[in-house]
Amino acid sequence: MQALYAQLLVGLINGSFYALLSLGLAVIFGMLNIINFAHGALYMMGAFVAYFLLNLGGINYWWALLIAPVIVGIFGMILERTMLQWLAGLDHLYGLLLTFGIALIVQGVFQNYFGSSGLPYSIPDQLKGGVNLGFMFLPIYRGWVVVFSLVVCLATWFLIEKTQLGAYLRAATENPTLVRAFGINVPRMITLTYGLGVGLAALAGVLSAPINQVRPLMGADLIIVVFAVVVIGGMGSIMGSIITGFALGVIEGLTKYFYPEASNTVVFVLMVVVLLVKPTGLTGRAA
Amino acid sequence: MKNTISAFLLGTAMALSVAGMASADDKVVKIGVLSDQSGLYADLAGPGSTLAAQMAIEDSGLKAKGWTIDLISGDHQNKPDIGTTIARQWFDVDKVDTIVDVPNSGVALAVNNVVKEKNGVYINSGAATSDLTNAQCTPNTVHWTYDTYMLAHATGQALVKAGGDTWFFLTADYAFGAALERDTTAVITANGGKVVGGVKHPLNTADFSSFLLQAQASKAKIIGLANAGGDTTNSIKQAAEFGIVKGGQKLAALLLFLTDVKAIGLETAQGLNFTETFYWDLNDKTRAFSKRFSEKMKSGAPPTMVQAGVYAGLLHYFKALEALGGNPHDGAKVVAKMKTIPTDDPLFGKGEVEANGRVTHDAYLFEVKKPSESKGPWDFYKLVGTVPGNQAFTPLDKSTCALLKK
Amino acid sequence: MSALTDDTIPMTPRAMRDEMMVFAVMAVLLAAVPFTGIYPFFVMQALCFALLACAFNLLIGYGGLLSFGHAMFLGTAGYVSAHALKVWGLPPELGIVAGTAAAALLGLVTGFISIKRQGIYFSMITLALSQLLYFLYLQAPFTHGEDGIQGIPQGHLFGIFDLSKPTVLYYVVLVGFLAGFLLIYRTINSPFGEVLKSIRENEPRAISLGYKTDQYKMLAYILSGTLAGFAGSLKVFVAQNASLTDVHWSMSGEIVLMTLVGGLGTIFGPVVGAFVIIAMQQYLAGFGQWVTVIQGVIFVACVLLFRRGLVGELAHLLRRSL
Repeated sequence: MQALYAQLLVGLINGSFYALLSLGLAVIFGMLNIINFAHGALYMMGAFVAYFLLNLGGINYWWALLIAPVIVGIFGMILERTMLQWLAGLDHLYGLLLTFGIALIVQGVFQNYFGSSGLPYSIPDQLKGGVNLGFMFLPIYRGWVVVFSLVVCLATWFLIEKTQLGAYLRAATENPTLVRAFGINVPRMITLTYGLGVGLAALAGVLSAPINQVRPLMGADLIIVVFAVVVIGGMGSIMGSIITGFALGVIEGLTKYFYPEASNTVVFVLMVVVLLVKPTGLTGRAA
Repeated sequence: MKNTISAFLLGTAMALSVAGMASADDKVVKIGVLSDQSGLYADLAGPGSTLAAQMAIEDSGLKAKGWTIDLISGDHQNKPDIGTTIARQWFDVDKVDTIVDVPNSGVALAVNNVVKEKNGVYINSGAATSDLTNAQCTPNTVHWTYDTYMLAHATGQALVKAGGDTWFFLTADYAFGAALERDTTAVITANGGKVVGGVKHPLNTADFSSFLLQAQASKAKIIGLANAGGDTTNSIKQAAEFGIVKGGQKLAALLLFLTDVKAIGLETAQGLNFTETFYWDLNDKTRAFSKRFSEKMKSGAPPTMVQAGVYAGLLHYFKALEALGGNPHDGAKVVAKMKTIPTDDPLFGKGEVEANGRVTHDAYLFEVKKPSESKGPWDFYKLVGTVPGNQAFTPLDKSTCALLKK
Repeated sequence: MSALTDDTIPMTPRAMRDEMMVFAVMAVLLAAVPFTGIYPFFVMQALCFALLACAFNLLIGYGGLLSFGHAMFLGTAGYVSAHALKVWGLPPELGIVAGTAAAALLGLVTGFISIKRQGIYFSMITLALSQLLYFLYLQAPFTHGEDGIQGIPQGHLFGIFDLSKPTVLYYVVLVGFLAGFLLIYRTINSPFGEVLKSIRENEPRAISLGYKTDQYKMLAYILSGTLAGFAGSLKVFVAQNASLTDVHWSMSGEIVLMTLVGGLGTIFGPVVGAFVIIAMQQYLAGFGQWVTVIQGVIFVACVLLFRRGLVGELAHLLRRSL
């Protein structure tokens, strides 16, 4: 029983990454109608930027949490301005293809310069060590990841659902022409939204740098799981993608305990089951 | 038509070489380094293997004796299809005699078949699979450096003897991981140790915390990592986070390379045990070679054991060619000759090529140094124990190689 | 939203004649390959991928469905054929049948799950399904994990044709490719193909006309998967191995790339695309590390600049259907 609590907690940690990434995907999808295949590559960039900030600039983890998402977000906005915006009005599948190509380029370039085995990044001193919870040894850093990503997710939800800016965003998604008529610069909003979604991916990357090896391909496999998460949850609502992210992390954690061999496939199996029962996903609007 | 021409050419070449042996005329050799130049294995083999091959050609001194030795290299991109296509093309079109390196077990086994079909020479240094000298052995193959049996055997034996008699396994859930776990378990129990538990994790797992919690709860003295690449580095990194080594348990990585240790960093990797058959800082000869090698590497890195194996394997190959007095362009014949000469090179020391193609040489158990003990950028290992070559590899009576059943 | 492909040129007898002529030229050129200096193994491999890309193109170009998991058909058929040939000792023709049937079955099952969703959802679902299969194959004992199934016997097709002879094998693969190609061509120009195109252009309208669109799409999906599987079975004889690479998502990406480069929804585009990409892999191997980057650049360039692909641009220029 004690082991079960431990696995639940551990599952939440994994869920944090799923939630942050699927949230970013949902934000981008809502505004641009694009499935951002480059999300995994941008997540990886976040981790690498944190590494460079530390090793070249002497900038610590805490600043990296702020700076890396901004840098990668700006990179994302440049991508949007130079490439993605030309796809407006075309079939959505072109967005998928374009971002897939971008992912290949980014990952390939990083692989050329930094090899495949990756770079070390250690846990900041303030978060080293762990606490004994009685049923498990919880590294402080892991606890931090869960709390911090929950806060970020909720803040994003608040920004989009409860603020004036968010209202514009949602309105522009529904009817861009009308919003433009109110004198709001819709293209700039699209660019900023893409930057925000990408920034969330980079933030997840920084958070994972001390846990996972900082490798060029660290996001490549992860993104497919996140796609399945997104299919399960549907991309209709921000809260939906946050909750599904955490929930699937927990389910995966439990699988690791009860039947570890299937822990990599459980999300996909769940996706199949959900699709058979409810083809639009749990919270999704019909596509 | 093309094939009849090439068959004709090949026939003539063979006829010439038979004649050439007497006159020692045919001293033309072409070597292909088939490696992963960009993927997972590029750091531990890749361009460094090509460099090692170049150095072997220079150091053999054959060029001064009138031999012409050409070298080409290719990138199999970790795809068996591409590997076999390149290999075929090298034999058919480029007239390559010998293929070396070939990391990635899947590609290595696929190329193994092509080399046999084309009767070339295959000196593998990069692949872990012990099938190359067992079920799928050929008269054309020599396997240098390491294999899964050796890794399991050397690490398991040395650690149990040092008191690590209870084990818990983190095993990658596919054939490679299963083979490592099976072989290690056999050694542990044979030496009086006990396996108290284990967990199979899927390939490319990002988060090992669940598995590490179970390992921690098992109270085993040794946690054996029967996985590779990113899975190994991630599990080591996260084990440090969970305070596993500080809590008194030891980590034993069953497959780890110098480049992996570099990637993890000493801070996290310290205290880790594992086996390699070569380390740049073993003795004066390895240091001298490594110095020359790293001066020519773009990254300044010393050679890994795979790259060292490419060098040593080719040196031995050249010895056999020299003994034959010329290149017979008959792979099986050259490999047969390689098996009759004992191996002796500056990097791996003395050993032999066994009848199944396995090269035996010493294997070393290392421990990763503490950051305070390390004196240079690549000063990582402490030598803990040595397993003599004749004990480290599969005994011939256990090998399932068909060549042995004559 | 504009359509994914542009074939504004109506299907006229003249277009038909053009296409048949190009087909004849292609067949003659390919048949002549063994008499030139071109390395036959390269062409054989390219032919397998060309058929694969054509099968994929049937789905995207004419059904408007972008499958990002087509590697699962290639890999499944490859594994099943390889296992049938090596372990069960079946003759080549039955090995091919076994592999192709397995792919058809897989198409039926995965189609049932995925076909109800459209657009990007369909792409993500197929990607996830193929990743699921990748993990299953990785763990299944019969695939031998990352070692793959090796040294597959080539045998004698119908007891007559010795497939270990490169020239014989070449013509067998060529005949297989041409047959698959003609089948796809025939399908596109059948009433079934016309309904598919109408679904691609405007699904609600097709529904209102009384077509059960899901059934049409399902049939197209299964046919595409089966033909992709057929290509995978043929490839087993060329490569003599079956490995995880063929089920990996990067392979699915390559299939998309081949079709995109050649031209989505063009008849000959996928063939050209496959030859270009395979040649790139072989001959740019010297660039080693940069191959993925180059592929990515091509993806981006195709989407931004040459959405019609090589053949599509050419056809547009000549105002012909190709």
